[in-house]
Amino acid sequence: MGSNTLEIRQLNTSFLTQKGEVRAVMDVSLDVPEGKITGIVGESGCGKSVTAKSVMGLVKYPGKVMSGEILLDGRDIRDIPEKEKCALRGSEVSMIFQEPMTSLNPVIRIGKQVEEALLLHKDIPKEQARIRTVEMLESVGISDAGNRMRCYPHQLSGGLRQRVMIAMAMICRPKLLIADEPTTALDVTVEAQILRLMKKLCSGGTSILLISHNLGVIAQICDYVYVMYAGRIVECADTVTLFDHPAHPYTMGLLRAATSLRQDTEILETIPGVVPNLLHLPKGCSFAPRCGSCGDRCRGEMPLMYEAGEEGHMARCFMC
Amino acid sequence: MLPNRSRKIVEEYEKSLKRPMDENLKSQIGEEETFLTLMKRMVRENKLAVFSAVVILLFIIAAVLAPVISPYGLSEMDLRNRLSPPGAGHLFGTDEAGRDILTRLLYGSRVSLLTGVVPTILSMLLGAVLGVVSGFYGRWIDAVIMRIADITLAFPSMLLAMVIMYILGDGLINVFLTLALVNWASVARIVRSQTLQLKETEYVEAARVIGVPKRKIVFRHLLPNCLPTLIVLFTLNVPSAILTESSLSFLGLGIQPPDASWGLMVNSGRQFLYNAPWLSLVPGIAIMVIVLAFNFLGDGLRDVLDPYQKK
Repeated sequence: MGSNTLEIRQLNTSFLTQKGEVRAVMDVSLDVPEGKITGIVGESGCGKSVTAKSVMGLVKYPGKVMSGEILLDGRDIRDIPEKEKCALRGSEVSMIFQEPMTSLNPVIRIGKQVEEALLLHKDIPKEQARIRTVEMLESVGISDAGNRMRCYPHQLSGGLRQRVMIAMAMICRPKLLIADEPTTALDVTVEAQILRLMKKLCSGGTSILLISHNLGVIAQICDYVYVMYAGRIVECADTVTLFDHPAHPYTMGLLRAATSLRQDTEILETIPGVVPNLLHLPKGCSFAPRCGSCGDRCRGEMPLMYEAGEEGHMARCFMC
Repeated sequence: MLPNRSRKIVEEYEKSLKRPMDENLKSQIGEEETFLTLMKRMVRENKLAVFSAVVILLFIIAAVLAPVISPYGLSEMDLRNRLSPPGAGHLFGTDEAGRDILTRLLYGSRVSLLTGVVPTILSMLLGAVLGVVSGFYGRWIDAVIMRIADITLAFPSMLLAMVIMYILGDGLINVFLTLALVNWASVARIVRSQTLQLKETEYVEAARVIGVPKRKIVFRHLLPNCLPTLIVLFTLNVPSAILTESSLSFLGLGIQPPDASWGLMVNSGRQFLYNAPWLSLVPGIAIMVIVLAFNFLGDGLRDVLDPYQKK
């Protein structure tokens, strides 16, 4: 394994609301190794997207990155000035979003939107940029690129738009691509194509941080997975280990809820209870109120990350 | 990939921007929506808007050709036929000084159309830029710009216009400036509220993510998306500018007699309303027709231009 493209250390991001500080991301540390796909999985509101936006430096007011380090290739990018961040975004780190239907500007031609990043970051003549754009569009699987470039977003299908988004994000060959639920809004066949494309990009040398709530997507393409719950990482392991031997009760619950679809049961497996309000987190383990194997100690203190069997497999649970 | 092949694709792409879309692609993604095809659609679907456009065009032609097509001179007085009703010699009658109303109407349309269009463009430019900046940057920039706008709006607009006119002195250029300074605030408010909505969209976020600087997002991504609103606002503000100019002229601060503007004519005919109603009625109807024409055209344009109202 090579070095890490992205290292996040003890990241804390909060939203300073009128009702108090909402700690959306708490002490998150994670690594995205070079040339690998790293996944973050968790249910809505667990802090996946906020983690991603913290990396991009795009947490919106009243959100604020409170502490921690965000190391891109060993360089802390958390507190660099906005101008330098702008130069990094798109050229070194890029991101794609969940909603391809609304992520492209409706009044600008596709070609223009894709070449914009290139013209911003690279000092190349317009003609060169156009050529790169065509190549990029073709490499993300858009045939007939010359004609597609003159289209406006509403003239393309969801899958094509997501490809355009990826082309936009990838055209400067960033080291890191953050994909925030890139396939959630797409239908299953298109999803498979997009995932294949992301794998291809990854083998082309880009490290990918994939955020998803879909365990199937994670299982298909991720090398290493972090599970998040209520702002914290509760388990991390390589994909095979995580799916074979989950250590945290929350991960087990997620897997049960997912796999039960294939079994012949009438009732859909669920995790009882609801996600705790981030304003009033329980005193001990955040998952304790919903946990089947919860003991007294779990209600009193927050567990640390403990080794759980194999190397690199950690879980935030006293049980392991 | 062969660079030559890509180069060829680019060349074709650039050429294709200049000519209509080829049939093959058209069948796949539907008709390209250029300004021309949108206008064609409006012509097809909205006859009222087309009619309005024709009316406005006729008014413009009449204004340009006023000296050629007027039957009399602007201040030519026919003292024997003062206050004569509409008829053969004077199509729309004469006023209290025996001047031909049709002639004055034609000359007046020059002033009225200009004061409708020029200050509106100025106020739209000012309002759109300030509004989009205010909405996007927020915080203190927003606070400062919006408080100035609030003060402008809170002032009775006529009073404000009078004060500005008084300071600048009369004359057509000063009327333009005054109207622009009075009307920018409402444009800024509307554009700001639209910007607040647009800046939360994902494509703005997507643009931020690829490193587009804020300044470029404001002017290249947000402002073009406000365009449909601006076009509609334009057609709504033109009539109000025409009306404000009328009032200013009446108060002696705008266009000075013996020059003519429609507002001036309406107001000077006021005292003869009972025995010679055509003095006010004719320019009044002209104002009404042009105002309605602009409104209908605005509606028609909005129907075809607004990307969020597509059927």
